[in-house]
Amino acid sequence: MIRLGIVGLGKMGLSHLAIARAHPEVELVAACDASGYLTDILSKHTGLKCYSDFERMLSTERLDALLVATPSKLHASMVAAALERGLHVFCEKPFVLDTADGERLCALAGAKGAVTQVGYHYRFVAAMQEAARIVASGALGRVHHVRAEAYGPVVLRQKGSTWRSSKNEGGGALYDYACHAIDLVNYVFAAPDAVSGVVRQGVFSRDVDDEIYCSLHYANGASGQLSVNWSDESFRKMSTKLSVWGTNGRLNVDRQECQLFLRESSVALPQAPAGWSIRYTTELTEEVWFYLRGEEYSAQIDYFVQSIKQGRKDGLNNFHSAILTDRVVSMILSQPQASSVAPAAGAGATSGGKSKWLKIFG
Amino acid sequence: MQMDRVLFGDNQFFGVNHMSEDKARAQQMRFQDLSAVIETLDAAHAEGIRTFMCTTHDRVAQICDHMRQNPERYADYQFYPCMPYAHKYANAVTEHGMVEALRRFLPEDGAVSAMLKGGAALARKDVAAIMQLLVDAEMKMFAGLRTPVIFMQNVIVDLLLGLGFKETFRIFHDHVREKYQAEPGYITMNLPLLLDVLEAQGIENPVVCANINKIGFRMCGGVQSYEQAIATRRFRPVAMSVLASGALSPREAVEYVCRQPQIESIVFGASSRANIRQTKQLIDELTAAA
Repeated sequence: MIRLGIVGLGKMGLSHLAIARAHPEVELVAACDASGYLTDILSKHTGLKCYSDFERMLSTERLDALLVATPSKLHASMVAAALERGLHVFCEKPFVLDTADGERLCALAGAKGAVTQVGYHYRFVAAMQEAARIVASGALGRVHHVRAEAYGPVVLRQKGSTWRSSKNEGGGALYDYACHAIDLVNYVFAAPDAVSGVVRQGVFSRDVDDEIYCSLHYANGASGQLSVNWSDESFRKMSTKLSVWGTNGRLNVDRQECQLFLRESSVALPQAPAGWSIRYTTELTEEVWFYLRGEEYSAQIDYFVQSIKQGRKDGLNNFHSAILTDRVVSMILSQPQASSVAPAAGAGATSGGKSKWLKIFG
Repeated sequence: MQMDRVLFGDNQFFGVNHMSEDKARAQQMRFQDLSAVIETLDAAHAEGIRTFMCTTHDRVAQICDHMRQNPERYADYQFYPCMPYAHKYANAVTEHGMVEALRRFLPEDGAVSAMLKGGAALARKDVAAIMQLLVDAEMKMFAGLRTPVIFMQNVIVDLLLGLGFKETFRIFHDHVREKYQAEPGYITMNLPLLLDVLEAQGIENPVVCANINKIGFRMCGGVQSYEQAIATRRFRPVAMSVLASGALSPREAVEYVCRQPQIESIVFGASSRANIRQTKQLIDELTAAA
């Protein structure tokens, strides 16, 4: 049994708690959260041992591993404290907000021999794994362009006062949504070497970005685009999509399906014919022991547990891989914003927009 | 209370498709107008399907209005509400935080918000009260309509199951029975595990809706353990995702379910009259043959 502690019982923390408690090889020893309301209910009704003081939980309980699901700005210090005590660590995404912190934690984890993992759950979506397998096979030829998109209905009006709407705490669509899209690019193709043309702006939020767009550049000449908007109500929930273009075809992948077009069939991928082949999540997904919101959430926890059992320190989503994602975020933040032209005020802008639409639709 | 053999599901109306986001979006466009939804419900009704098993999505309230306005036409019509529409909560939690989100979904009631603010000493009774109020809030849209079975949605069932919040199933059960004289139902992706917990809570012969399909799609514990549970345990199975979102041929899919005589009802969703008729006839035919 892996003796697991968990800190942070927000939406992700509760989801992890439910999944980990249902895992046959995990003993969920204790949880910690600043909200007495929640921990009172949990301890009273589910028998969970709860703490409000993180240090006290670490010093009192004998743990093998810690799951960190607190607001992002707290990750670095909590992960460090856990590693210092020799614990394996699963940390929610984004990993840390400062890549120097990330490097330090990586070194510390290495020195302590800890298993590490960050909660980029899309890498555990079967269709995404299939996409990574296809790109790695080389069947697409030389990959020259990649496009990552993430849209969803999170901030749909002006307001907001949780940590997700605070820039300094790791909020905004950049950390909440764009990180996933970036991490998928890194996973399925490769981490970009530079970014440019960065647009980050609020649609409804005052303090954080609701949409992020930028170009990605690779030393080998390949390029990419990132397009993220969490103020898009046309989506029922977060939707993440990746497209990859190569000299021999193209691939589109989202949570549900992996669509591949090959100009010519390839020995690298004998099962795929020339033309389109499509594989669906229903056939690709492996069963998990417990399902809450998607197989990937369970699969990543199980993977962490198996990594601990096997001593696997270079597994999927380890701290090193998460730093590569943090680094792209840093590049986006350090880029000057692409110049934008303020829209003309009043009716002129509206009628201009209208005539453009009329042109398109006749 | 006998459940109908065939129940009409609502995924197609709200852009839920487990195989394709493009299909989901196309359906969302098609069913943007309420009239298109009503037309499809009427088509199902004409095929003899008079039970609509639906999430408590905001748009269902409009469907309810329509049914209330035409009482004669829908004299035999009934709903199996599934609560809550979880994305409504999930998005609110992201936007407002947990406690504030909960507060927003509770009816305006000074005592309750005071209780949530207090926080410290929550007695057992208070969790029950919160749950009852949330159920009542979700049930408002069905006022005056028949709701003989009321389901707790799988995201909530499985969250509570994983957390170990076992008594909430009992609270839900008692409240649905007492206040609505309805049969409580539970939707889950973790059937064998849930049955153990419901049994331990003294909930006898519960209505449980789960994915039941030949390929084991989202059947945690595996096809075999599901088949065994269905064959040997005392509960009232409702099969959903029978077609595994289109991964199976309809005949093969329905045959698999009809071979298991304990399965009382099958819920499916479809958009066209032809598909509704085909699936309904297939279920009727294979049920009679079994």
